[in-house]
Amino acid sequence: MSSDIANHAAIRVEGVYAAYQRQPVLSDINLDFPRGRWTAIVGPNGAGKSTLFRVLTGSMSPLKGELSAFGERIFHARRAGRIAYMAQREAIEWDFPISVWDTVMTGRFGHMREDPLWQRLAPSRFVHSRHTEAVRSALADVDMLDFADRHISALSGGQKKRVLLARCLAQSADILLLDEPLAGVDPPSEALILEVLAGQRKAGRTVIMVTHDMPGARRYVDHVVLINRTVRGTGSPEDMLSDARLATLAVGSSDDDLQD
Amino acid sequence: MQAIADQVTAPLISALMVLVNLLPAGIADAFQYAFMQRALLTSVLVGAICGLLSCYVVLKRWSLLGDAISHAVLPGVAIAYLLGWPFFIGAFITGALTSLGIGAIERHTRIKSDAAMGLMFTGAFALGIVIISKIATSTHLMHILFGNVLGVQPTNMLLTLAASVITLLVIWLAYRPLLLYTFDPQQAQALGFNTSIVHYGLILLLTLTIVASLETVGIILVVAMLITPGATAHMLTDRFATMLWLSVAVGVSSAVLGLWLSVVLDVASGGSIVLVATGLFFLALLFSPKHGVIMRQWRRWRMMA
Repeated sequence: MSSDIANHAAIRVEGVYAAYQRQPVLSDINLDFPRGRWTAIVGPNGAGKSTLFRVLTGSMSPLKGELSAFGERIFHARRAGRIAYMAQREAIEWDFPISVWDTVMTGRFGHMREDPLWQRLAPSRFVHSRHTEAVRSALADVDMLDFADRHISALSGGQKKRVLLARCLAQSADILLLDEPLAGVDPPSEALILEVLAGQRKAGRTVIMVTHDMPGARRYVDHVVLINRTVRGTGSPEDMLSDARLATLAVGSSDDDLQD
Repeated sequence: MQAIADQVTAPLISALMVLVNLLPAGIADAFQYAFMQRALLTSVLVGAICGLLSCYVVLKRWSLLGDAISHAVLPGVAIAYLLGWPFFIGAFITGALTSLGIGAIERHTRIKSDAAMGLMFTGAFALGIVIISKIATSTHLMHILFGNVLGVQPTNMLLTLAASVITLLVIWLAYRPLLLYTFDPQQAQALGFNTSIVHYGLILLLTLTIVASLETVGIILVVAMLITPGATAHMLTDRFATMLWLSVAVGVSSAVLGLWLSVVLDVASGGSIVLVATGLFFLALLFSPKHGVIMRQWRRWRMMA
């Protein structure tokens, strides 16, 4: 029976505990992120959403517990380029001397491991055309191709988000992990981001996002995970995002001083 | 060892002298002595690798870490002197140990990173001072602290050369992982790069550069060469690869110009090299076409008008 579920889960989380400096944040997380579906991770501030996200991307290792993707160890899936990641805007140093094009190209660095050695050691203008193609089409998808040569600091908030989304798309992965993709964007950018993600899901990709945007989640996603230190419910957006359900989720999460 | 060093460095020195002889005679004259030629080659190499590393140091906000490692090298130099080892082995060991210690304190206690660095490097530095005060003369200590590029020995020049080759190779071979780790470590992790290897590799490279620069600018001032060229280049460009080249150019030209000025004016070479670099930084700060103070004021003024 369990192998059956593993076949369907894009990412499986089993018995994961995580802590910041012995301060427990997540306990006994057990989750299956269904394959080919769009999942929203929802929870109040301090509930450990971002911690769960950092565990999923590999920037934090859990105290105990296992993670797998498509039935193999998650690290192998990361190495194989099957998991893409979109950062929060605050995670990036926008003064860094790098153009929009080159920022999106960093999303290809994982796939460049498969390139022949001479190409990996040559200057970046000699990269394989499959990388330039991926970057071009990702920038076109988020409507940022005209800004390719700009320095990343010369962008508005919504444009920065779209560049980060383009970098995520350029990774050509089966799973997209997005940390608050809709936080602090202008309405046109928000609509565009949601449309792009809907297109990814339609193309059979698994989309997993942390979000605060309840209307957007109700409209678009097809699976919801409620988190508050542990899993408080999984199911359809209708069931999980009802006002009554969300009200019970917030109870017992008053330790706002904890890191989110 | 001495003979090997001479054989390896002789062709490099002659190549460098071809360039020097293109300069006006008044400047080129200073470089007719063998010790000046050795000093020149060492300065060029040190300027170049410090320039490269300083881009990573500036962008990663590692200035204090660079300062910490450079001070932590002192006890290693002293212990190596005591045991009769080549100084760079000891220097490398204590430099690397201190940076590991800083990382451990940061990760496993509630002490924050700046305090962890401050307490580890001053402790190591104090240990070095105590050992040296017992075994060596104060001129010796002065040379370690402030550099003695005019007295550089061929064997140490060979070390600087080896360190430069290693640094260049590593930055070339690991260009993309290093760039991504500097820009966005979380993305590097998500793409399956082993970021602890990249992290410690970069720290080891930093330590190697510091050890190789000891004789040229000394322990106290090497951190300037690990910050100023990168900061100057950052003022001038919005492209990482260009920043690397500009930073190397700033590092090399301040090393050469500073060395020449120190001979002509008869002042300490380490100090004059760093002062030239600082001068270049302020020029960039004022006159950079995009990020300079003057152009920014002018654009603001034009917008108001």
